[in-house]
Amino acid sequence: MDNYPVLIVVAPLLAALLAGFAAWIEERLSYPIALLGLAVSTFAAFEVLMQVIFFGPIRYEMAGWPPPMGIEYRIDLLNAMVLLIVSGIAFLNLLASYESVNQEIGDRTGSFYSIYCLFVTGLLGVTATGDLFNLYVLIEITSLTSYAMVAMGDRDRGALASLNYVFIGVIGASFYLLGVGYLYIQTGSLNMTDVAIILQDYHGSSTVLTAFVLCMVGVWIKMAFFPLHAWLPNAYSYSPVVFLRVVAPLMTKVMIYVMIRLMITVFGFNYIFKTLNFADAVVILATVAIIFGGVMALAQKNLKKMLAYIIISEIGYMVGGVWMGNQLGMTGAILHILNDALMTFAVFLGVGNIIYQLKDVDFSNLGGLFGKMPWTMAGFVLAAFSIIGIPPTCGFFSKWYLIMGAFEKGAYHFAIALIISSLICAVLFFRVFEICFFPSSSQDNKQKDVHAPGKIEEAPVSMLIVSGFVSLSLIVVGLFSGTIVNMIILPFLT
Amino acid sequence: MQTIISIKPLLAVLVSLFVIPVLISSSGKPNVRESWIFVSGVIKFLIIFSMLPVILQGNQIVLTLFKISPGADIAFRVDALGMLFALVASSLYIITSIYSIGYMRGLNEHGQTRFVSFFALALTATIGAAFSANLLTLYLFYELLSLSTYPLVVHHQDAKSRASGRRYLTFILGTSIGLVLPAMIYCYHATGTLEFAPGGIFSGQLSKPSATVLLLMFVFGFAKSGIMPFHSWLPAAMVAPTPVSALLHAVAVVKVGVFSIIRVVTGIFGVDFLLSFNLGAWVATIASITIVVSSCIALTQDELKRRLAYSTIGQLSYIVLGVALLTPKGMTGGMLHIAMHAFGKITLFFCAGAIFVATGKKYISQMVGIGKAMPITMAAFFMGSLSIIGLPPTGGFISKWYLVLGTLEGDHMILLFVILTSSLLNAAYFMPIFYKAFFCTKEEAMFGAKIVEAPMMCVVPLVITALISFGLFFLPQPFLDLAGLAAKGFLGG
Amino acid sequence: MTDLLALIVAKYNYWLYVILMMIGLYAMIAKNNLIKKLVGMNIFQTAIILFYISIGYKKNATLPIIENVHGTGGGHIYAIDYINPLPHVLMLTAIVVSVATFGVAMALAVRVYQRYKTLEEDELRMRLSEK
Repeated sequence: MDNYPVLIVVAPLLAALLAGFAAWIEERLSYPIALLGLAVSTFAAFEVLMQVIFFGPIRYEMAGWPPPMGIEYRIDLLNAMVLLIVSGIAFLNLLASYESVNQEIGDRTGSFYSIYCLFVTGLLGVTATGDLFNLYVLIEITSLTSYAMVAMGDRDRGALASLNYVFIGVIGASFYLLGVGYLYIQTGSLNMTDVAIILQDYHGSSTVLTAFVLCMVGVWIKMAFFPLHAWLPNAYSYSPVVFLRVVAPLMTKVMIYVMIRLMITVFGFNYIFKTLNFADAVVILATVAIIFGGVMALAQKNLKKMLAYIIISEIGYMVGGVWMGNQLGMTGAILHILNDALMTFAVFLGVGNIIYQLKDVDFSNLGGLFGKMPWTMAGFVLAAFSIIGIPPTCGFFSKWYLIMGAFEKGAYHFAIALIISSLICAVLFFRVFEICFFPSSSQDNKQKDVHAPGKIEEAPVSMLIVSGFVSLSLIVVGLFSGTIVNMIILPFLT
Repeated sequence: MQTIISIKPLLAVLVSLFVIPVLISSSGKPNVRESWIFVSGVIKFLIIFSMLPVILQGNQIVLTLFKISPGADIAFRVDALGMLFALVASSLYIITSIYSIGYMRGLNEHGQTRFVSFFALALTATIGAAFSANLLTLYLFYELLSLSTYPLVVHHQDAKSRASGRRYLTFILGTSIGLVLPAMIYCYHATGTLEFAPGGIFSGQLSKPSATVLLLMFVFGFAKSGIMPFHSWLPAAMVAPTPVSALLHAVAVVKVGVFSIIRVVTGIFGVDFLLSFNLGAWVATIASITIVVSSCIALTQDELKRRLAYSTIGQLSYIVLGVALLTPKGMTGGMLHIAMHAFGKITLFFCAGAIFVATGKKYISQMVGIGKAMPITMAAFFMGSLSIIGLPPTGGFISKWYLVLGTLEGDHMILLFVILTSSLLNAAYFMPIFYKAFFCTKEEAMFGAKIVEAPMMCVVPLVITALISFGLFFLPQPFLDLAGLAAKGFLGG
Repeated sequence: MTDLLALIVAKYNYWLYVILMMIGLYAMIAKNNLIKKLVGMNIFQTAIILFYISIGYKKNATLPIIENVHGTGGGHIYAIDYINPLPHVLMLTAIVVSVATFGVAMALAVRVYQRYKTLEEDELRMRLSEK
């Protein structure tokens, strides 16, 4: 079908509207509608990926207006992959969320599902679009919905955390918008491919430079790249866990995608790495981000906060890989978009299951968890191994390419930072494992026999199945990373 | 030499992985569970054993599973060295599984299902490492082994095991991620392959300083080999239940470390390359220091298992030393020592465990006169220590003989001196135990008539391993042939 | 000096939007009251809207409504006679976005006020650290 590309985005949009309306009639109708919308979207994304792999990039003209006048969806291997990641994870998360939504959101489930679908629509649109201004609008849709979502979380701090998120978010989006303005001044076009062609003649222009810097800063704010990261830990750790499970893996990764898209498709590698000369500085920033995120994570006493800082560290991986400017680094960064999305999702699924039972993930409450929730913890352990980078989980292989890229460029500091970050992650996660493996001290006092098997209080089956599936997929994706690189990433880069 | 493609290596690796769900599902029925362990162990051994004739004819068995990137796939290759190691590990697994039934039930330990499951996982990783065709696969199984052993080390879930577990992870994971991983990626970046090749993978890409740094990163990075100064996890890991100490921390885990070093030395760097830069001397020096220092420390340990642990550290370095000699006899001796030391040391650990089960005693100073209470155990102990010291009629003598020949062959008098000194030290820390166990007056004896031998399940295995140790003196053929074949292969003969 | 002045005068629209933006940014960073911050945010967004509007403007040009197409005088239409409508259209969307953002932010501020009975940041911080 020719309309698959637009179906990816429209299905969740329709689902969002219908789920919202349905909630007026009957609150329970919203969930299946949302689920159906995302399932259709996932299916379409899969079909599109197959089409792109076998028949090359797809261009879809919105409402039949030819570009550069009309808005165009342009789908090549890179965003076909990201589309599938986004829709797939959003769908799986929804599948696992029914119970937690009822528990966490309570009486507003209808509006929750509606906003959730709208959020996913925004992310998918950002990924699919080939128009710079359209991108801005869709980023704002994503942001607006995520402000609302964060506010639905922690009853005490949610609103305040969300408000601070709004301030930063607006600044980020505005910078990007300004950048697009300067690009428009120089080129008179908003279509990415069109802009790219015109830009080739203006490599020395200071307008283009301004545009580039503004766009990058805007995107960096949105992805929480060091030192523009300060909003992320609070916004994430006070949001409802159902939303956290989708925003943490997807939001930053989609922004990384936007950065790559701007760099490759719009400005072009020649401009960035030959005309400009601050790639090294960005790699150094990425190095600092990696170390900083790890060190800050060490200082946290709450699992959600710790993971939030790990995300900041992971962003450093990908930004560094992209700005390495060579094929290996780029391969690593793109592979890491997939891997990091999966492993962050897996780890937060584990967190979600724990929160479902314990309401709280302060380290002090986690004692004896391996006994109580063995399946949840098994998934969590796999995800953690992937984040540490232990083969054959997928996290290892993207790290492999990233380090090779760093060697090729001679950016040894980046390679060392990656290794140190692995070590820090190992410390972080094994500290958590240790707490969960040993009975907590309060239990020690209550029951004399610490070795008595605790009562198993697992999360609902739907949550366990999804978390198991995603965790196992970490290994499968890891083992087939050679295939992924050869079929998707390398053809895209060359 | 033929290269045969076969699925057998994969099966051998997977048997003990697939038995884990069965173990978990039969956790309420200990007898069923244990018979599954036993059956899976035997099947695994038979699969490996069935490959032996092919390997002895000088052939190789290969299987590629996943293509990651050129030269670095997930792939198996069974050669003489891998076969040697796999044979040792899988045969001892059967014996240990019998022993651990006796031990764990004798002490009424908690979490037995968890214990046996991770034990099976650890064995999967060990065989996987033995059959790895390249450094990437080896690294994969190396890490899997580290991680699957952690729950075994902290099995008791008390403060002491927590501290030991931390130390264990810090050393093992810290070195493998911090040193091996970057070194491995550097190798791949420089050469585009990680396959173990007889002549190494480098051809002029490395200068002497960077080759030295890289080699040291590997040697120290595989900290499971107990090379000083990254050895102190091993004594700490002795808090684990004795079957773990016996199979994993005397055979599987530590020897995977040594095995990895051998693979890197012979397959990544290559003998000629190391000879041309005279890098073997570096490794030999480090190994010699470890041998002497650890033997001295062992003298001071009063806890039996810790003394055994320090002894293991020293013995592992024999293997490294033998290979670092880069001569045919030396290498043969080193690799043969993998097998000989395994049978000897596991006997000693079994004995330590049996004493603990029967009497609850851990310290050597409390074992005066134990020989009269537990004569079979202590006789086996004697046999095991003879093998470790390297005296006839035990298998340990043969490997040490080859090592001595190797030093002569390479004309390294100092190293010869190291080996001989260390043998004396070995005798000095083992013989007093044995002496005090039997030769004491009635007043000195600490054990009454009530103390008898440990349960059957504990005693039988240690008798078997002691007898094998003894038998290997007369019949070292399979292992000796394999070691000789491997050495010939590595030296490009 | 005169060059600089000339530059400032010639590109006054840029300077204006930068100044406005900085005022907004200053308010967002330095003000203690959340509502004042929100006002700052709005000024910030408005500055960008002004920027877009100004880049569509041309001297001596008129609104892009084409007259006389059906009449007799039509036939030749020169782009130079009309200001560029595209940035203006874009800004319609941007205004919608900024209104929506402002609405959400105000709603959040109301929530914060209901919970803590204050919108002063230092007091909020005190409340939070008490817990």
